Amino acid sequence: MSSENSVLSVSDLSVSFGGLKALNKVNIELRKGEVLGLIGPNGAGKTTVFNALCGIVPPDSGTLSLYGEKVSWPKPHQLAKRGIARTLQGVGLFPDLTVAENVMVGAQKFARSNFFSSALGRSEKDEAKLRERAQSALERVYVGTVSERTADTLSYPDTKRVAIARALVSEPEILLLDEPAGGLGAQDIEWLNGLIRNVKARTSVIIVEHHMDVVMSVCDRIYVLNFGEIIASGTPHEVRNNEAVIQAYLGTHSKAQS
Amino acid sequence: MQKILDTLLIGISQGSIYALMSLALVLVWRSTRVVNFAQAGQAVLSTYVGFEIASRTGNFWISLIFAVIAGALIGAAVDVLLMRVLFKHATSGPALVVAPVIATLGLLGLIRSIVGLVWGGEYRSIPAPASKDGFTFGTTTIPFSPLNSVIVAAVALVLIAISILFTRTNLGLALRASAYAPEIARLAGVRTSQTRTIGWAIAGGVGGVAGMLITSYNFLSPYSLDLLLVFGFIAAVVGGLESMVGAVVGAMILGIGLTFILNYVNTSLTFVSGFVVLIIVLLVKPDGLIGSRKGRRA
Repeated sequence: MSSENSVLSVSDLSVSFGGLKALNKVNIELRKGEVLGLIGPNGAGKTTVFNALCGIVPPDSGTLSLYGEKVSWPKPHQLAKRGIARTLQGVGLFPDLTVAENVMVGAQKFARSNFFSSALGRSEKDEAKLRERAQSALERVYVGTVSERTADTLSYPDTKRVAIARALVSEPEILLLDEPAGGLGAQDIEWLNGLIRNVKARTSVIIVEHHMDVVMSVCDRIYVLNFGEIIASGTPHEVRNNEAVIQAYLGTHSKAQS
Repeated sequence: MQKILDTLLIGISQGSIYALMSLALVLVWRSTRVVNFAQAGQAVLSTYVGFEIASRTGNFWISLIFAVIAGALIGAAVDVLLMRVLFKHATSGPALVVAPVIATLGLLGLIRSIVGLVWGGEYRSIPAPASKDGFTFGTTTIPFSPLNSVIVAAVALVLIAISILFTRTNLGLALRASAYAPEIARLAGVRTSQTRTIGWAIAGGVGGVAGMLITSYNFLSPYSLDLLLVFGFIAAVVGGLESMVGAVVGAMILGIGLTFILNYVNTSLTFVSGFVVLIIVLLVKPDGLIGSRKGRRA
């Protein structure tokens, strides 16, 4: 099913928790330079798709292709090396680490030092480079000035920005954003929309989001999940006018708006 | 006045011994979020390895190197063979907190039994790296020996090295991230299993240093480090459990405090006083003396 410019393709993905089928033969394709929306009611299986892609839940069946090649389902620590970064539904920062350190954790794939070079004190240069990368990622999301504060002292919108910086610092080719607009005000959402549009020049994005303004504004295509199955896919316009989607998720108000 | 000074010096040397054990305990806690009661057993086993080398070479420093290597390997083995298996099954809820602690208690008993079977229960000794006789100034001999100086220097060195590792290296960052939130660290690209094993190995190595230095001061038996585990643990909690500096400060407070009680109040109160200090600190400052967020960093 994957097209020529596919960067990520999931075929027939099924996941179950005990007797409960969380995903049933889900097919998703992300193309280069595209922002893909994954929407649906609570419990539809959106985050489960992300968790399967990240190796957090093992799929019952299904295949994964990255950059046109069929690959095994990754383990979480392999994501960065495969060019995938993810933000979490909450914020998922390390509260006691500084903002810079939080972002440096996301830059592990660039680290050259190992146990022995650290023990011999030879990792200083490496440290400086990782810190530089972290600082530049923080500046990209406009929180460069708080890099030495511990993460638990930040405002909620700033923690969201730091979480995005930690994902961007690994220079991913695929970015998975799990409810990035959750809890943000109108101004921050506007900034987020701009950032996502800007990021897609180099990074393909899959976004799980309930905020329909964000989804309809930034996504090139949308998949709609309901009870673990894809019930519709297409452009924002097509999805907004799809009867099944309106009934299952968007409601009649959205159609009236369109 | 002389008695006060003497008591203070004995307290410092006692505190530095507690500090070595509390540093090892804090190290495992900070790297893996496990309170490792098997630390005393691991340290005893690696010290027996050092004892074997010392009895062949007669050289403390060579045997120390072997004890540290043995301690690191034992630490790594505890993680790979026990903790990883345990964490595979205990993934959430009370089991996640309780199971590792109970497992380390069981392991302590197991290691002591194995050591007793192999080496027997009799007291052994190893050559000391420096004289145990107190320094003499004119006609006065103080209760602080070159060996005490070596132990204090070892505490300082371990403290500095571990602090640099945690705050200035990428490995230290990975260790902290893995300990705080392994799932998030994994998603960010940290190989948390490997990192935790390294944490256990480093703590095991520090335990080897503790065991060798304490044994050169006292004697070695399967149970010789048990009391030290108790006081090292109290010192670690008093210091906030998170902080290397706190571990040393807690150990010094405990060492000096208990020595003053021993010399000025009543010998039989020494042991119980340690627990009284622990309860008072937990009641007044549950985070420990250096348990503030900023204090946790070094």
